[in-house]
Amino acid sequence: MFDHVHGVELAVFTVLFLVVSGLGFVAARWRKAADLAHLDEWGLGGRDFGPWITWFLLGGDLYTAYTFVAVPALVFGAGAIGFFAVPYTIVVYPIVFMVLIRLWSVSHVHGFVTPADFVRARHGSSTLALLVALTGIVATMPYIALQLVGIEAVLKAMGVTGHLPIIVAFAILAAYTYSSGLRAPALIAFVKDALIYLVIIVAVIVIPYKLGGWDAIFGAAERKFAASPNPGDGVVLGGPAQLQYATLALGSALALFLYPHSVTAVLASRDRNVIKRNMAALPAYSFILGLLALLGYMAVKAGVTPLTNSAGKADSNTIVPLLFDQMFPSWFAGVAFAAIGIGALVPAAIMSIAAANLWTRNIYVEYINKDATPAQEARSSKLASLVVKLGALVAILALDPQFSIDLQLLGGVIVLQTLPAVALGLYTRWLHRWALIAGWAAGMLVGFWTTFQIQQKLFNPDGTITIVKAHFGGSAFPLSKLGFDTTATVYAGFLALLANLVVAVLATLILRAIKAPQGEDRTRADDYLADRDDPRVSDLSPAAAAAR
Amino acid sequence: MSTRTPERPGRPDRPDGAAPSPRSDRHPVAWLLLVPLVVTLIPPFYNRVHPTLFHIPFFYWYQLAAIVLSVVITLVVYRALRRTSGH
Repeated sequence: MFDHVHGVELAVFTVLFLVVSGLGFVAARWRKAADLAHLDEWGLGGRDFGPWITWFLLGGDLYTAYTFVAVPALVFGAGAIGFFAVPYTIVVYPIVFMVLIRLWSVSHVHGFVTPADFVRARHGSSTLALLVALTGIVATMPYIALQLVGIEAVLKAMGVTGHLPIIVAFAILAAYTYSSGLRAPALIAFVKDALIYLVIIVAVIVIPYKLGGWDAIFGAAERKFAASPNPGDGVVLGGPAQLQYATLALGSALALFLYPHSVTAVLASRDRNVIKRNMAALPAYSFILGLLALLGYMAVKAGVTPLTNSAGKADSNTIVPLLFDQMFPSWFAGVAFAAIGIGALVPAAIMSIAAANLWTRNIYVEYINKDATPAQEARSSKLASLVVKLGALVAILALDPQFSIDLQLLGGVIVLQTLPAVALGLYTRWLHRWALIAGWAAGMLVGFWTTFQIQQKLFNPDGTITIVKAHFGGSAFPLSKLGFDTTATVYAGFLALLANLVVAVLATLILRAIKAPQGEDRTRADDYLADRDDPRVSDLSPAAAAAR
Repeated sequence: MSTRTPERPGRPDRPDGAAPSPRSDRHPVAWLLLVPLVVTLIPPFYNRVHPTLFHIPFFYWYQLAAIVLSVVITLVVYRALRRTSGH
């Protein structure tokens, strides 16, 4: 387990990891929770986070360890297409600015904890709410598992192999999430982000200097892609890849704010202005992510060779840790690894809380224990958060990690299918509840079918093509498969969403023509604009919510 | 309920007699939020190497600059909306 271990790196990593774990347990007493046995407290941190905490929490939540490892790995392998993470995280904030504040308001008036709570009240359909909840849970689970891939990449680079270290790390994470709820990742996010900013800023100054400047770095990248037989790579996008780039950025942005963990962090903020101000401040992380993506090219110039995984395949997720290991003195490499490792804990905690809240509010209370007390709700969520993390751990250790990566790819596609019910539902009830269900089903089918069809190809130097993976080989769906005479590709989730919307609109027209019964809408137009000073919002103390 | 105009929120004719809220999400300045989407989601605008900045190809520094632009626009919209909502 500990052959060729890098001692100094591991020591620094372990100390920082333990300090942060201590913080996680202390968090239960942070900001004086009167009673953690309530979902508003355990699951939403008291619904009272101000601008700073929200900034760290959302930043820690949306920019995950996996992102920090996988985006440079994609740039390393394919070039410009990997930079989609930048437009993706630019586009998401204006959308959230206009859309999610409406969800915040209506949720605070009615005491909603999950997006499915909203769907239930808005469209008067428990079936639709159940579908939204299940979609959220299924999409989130592999995302949690991938956070482990981030930790694993770091451990590998330090020479630590075997399952035990990851099991220990996740057991600690599970324990403090259980005891402190959303307060734990909120407090840890401060440390995580401070470390990430430090590491990235040092990296983009020191590494280009050591490698002979940006000129040399981009020169090496251009040479690599010119020599590669793959027509899709390069330091700028190939023609057919442009549509993929734009639709992937937009589709990922729309999916990102529909993920339950984003909604959880947004609902935990104190008022509408906290969210709006954060939409202007969060792009600071996008800037860091953009710089980080360029680490992929630095790894090209530095001649980093990815480590192989247990299946004997090159694991490109190891390139950033290896680059740090090569470029930094070992104590600072230890700090960098800790930043990535701790970076995995924050989103993993929030995701498991979000999935657990979906389970409790939309399955447990809806179908199993209709008269659950707030304490029972909190208890159910705490236990569910353990189950969810255990599931993620088993998925990574017992199955091929590739399985989780495929599922996460599919996760973005399927969570996008809740857009008509959740995001459009915040504006209009024109779409009929049954039409939304039909659209969801159509989107799921198309999303699954298109993603299944996508092959991962290896372009050999002699001009032949080897199919590395026959199915789930990425997210770029060739339009030629639909009969179009083009080499252009499009993000599979985007096609699925189009199918979803078309079916939902057509079905609504039919259902309205035959006068199918509309569900009851428990929300009112001005619920969507309510703010903290609204008398109905300030009623949202746990006691008032319990009486509801 | 019939006196309520659902798409004109914040009107003082609320049937339940609660305090009127003079808010609205609608403000002409909010359309500015479309600018970051347009400048980043149309790759032909920036899919080239030259002009470079500090030897970094246009493709990359343009998109990093677009982050700064989107921050400025979001701040402008935030301030405009805050004024109209009476703070």
